[in-house]
Amino acid sequence: MVIVGSGPAGLTAAIYTARANLAPLVVEGEPSSTSDQPGGQLMLTTEVENYPGFIDGIMGPELMTSFRAQAARFGAILKTEKATKVDLSSRPFGVWVGDPTAPEPTYTAGALIIATGARSLMLGVPGEDKLLGHGLSTCATCDGFFFRGHEIAVVGGGDSAVEEATFLTKFADKVTIVHRRKELRASKIMQDRAFKNPKISFLWDTVVTEVLGDNSLSGVRVRNVVTNEESELGVTGLFVAIGHAPNTALFAGQLEMDENGYLITHDGTNTNVEGVFACGDVQDHVYRQAITAAGSGCMAAIDAERWLEAQQA
Amino acid sequence: MAANIVNLSDATFDEEVKGSEVPVLVDFWAEWCGPCKMVSPILEEIASENPERIRVAKLNIDDNLETARRFEVMSIPTMILFKDGDVQTRIVGAKGKGQLLQDLAAYL
Repeated sequence: MVIVGSGPAGLTAAIYTARANLAPLVVEGEPSSTSDQPGGQLMLTTEVENYPGFIDGIMGPELMTSFRAQAARFGAILKTEKATKVDLSSRPFGVWVGDPTAPEPTYTAGALIIATGARSLMLGVPGEDKLLGHGLSTCATCDGFFFRGHEIAVVGGGDSAVEEATFLTKFADKVTIVHRRKELRASKIMQDRAFKNPKISFLWDTVVTEVLGDNSLSGVRVRNVVTNEESELGVTGLFVAIGHAPNTALFAGQLEMDENGYLITHDGTNTNVEGVFACGDVQDHVYRQAITAAGSGCMAAIDAERWLEAQQA
Repeated sequence: MAANIVNLSDATFDEEVKGSEVPVLVDFWAEWCGPCKMVSPILEEIASENPERIRVAKLNIDDNLETARRFEVMSIPTMILFKDGDVQTRIVGAKGKGQLLQDLAAYL
């Protein structure tokens, strides 16, 4: 049993399959600040207030450290490596880490659970690559500290954007939320918090077209999508939270995906390849919560366990 | 913390970094930074596997903001490699061991 991915879905699948004596091996990924990483997206968050069982909330990284320790306690083997190739054409399935051109896979699996999750999207505008880490950030919890007293902007209108903006008011003097529509997509409670916060203002119907600055960010060029009017926003920090894309490049041509690249599952967590199961954000663009990811990780573990039993019968 | 990692402060930074015979990789970090925690054990491994070629040091930016400002650190983890006290390269953001070693290889 091999599990690729180590967010709430992958580690819940690891806990369940380890307890079923399936000796799961978890390819948990490699550290990164900008893309997928061990522990998943919660590693880049602060307080998680809606995960049941924690009355006063819990820090995202702390929650994932507990998930990992719990999986390890039941014998899951955790490898801090990134999968670079998979071969699902025959069983046992092959999983490569490191050199994807190696003739033999690093690991083979009788059953495979895919929980590679989703990563934050970047803006894809000029100046972005150059100024990442120099005023442009993808991790408010990591970098908010450096913007004490600054005027900054957050791009996006979903829960993560509004949560980041609210968090950043602890440091910044003023936070402008730049959103391409004229209303937020974030949950009601997050919206109310943001509207009540005197440090937060909004720039509606607006997109960022360029990130400005030489050695550090000195402003952003924005365009109103209704009037097409361009202007410059004088901020020294920009945080990007514009949505997510599934980490499925690895499975192109082997597993069925929808038009946005999310894996398609049927009858629980089955993919189109028998013996390959998918759980968490990699197959869910609707709910995308820690608790739903964990729930589907449990489903994948049970589906995989039953499938393996049926194979041996 | 591993014995082979040095903890720096604003007060000791220059002495430790300039006085080192081998290049020093300084990890700018903080307690509240998730990716810093991911990178920390990797740096300990690199330090213990390459004692002749590199020293690894850590600077807590909460307690030593002056030094972080001096090197214009605006995102953590940031890792800066110094040789004879001069900046050789800077690595921004958490990375895996293979990538870190590759980024450092040219300077060691």
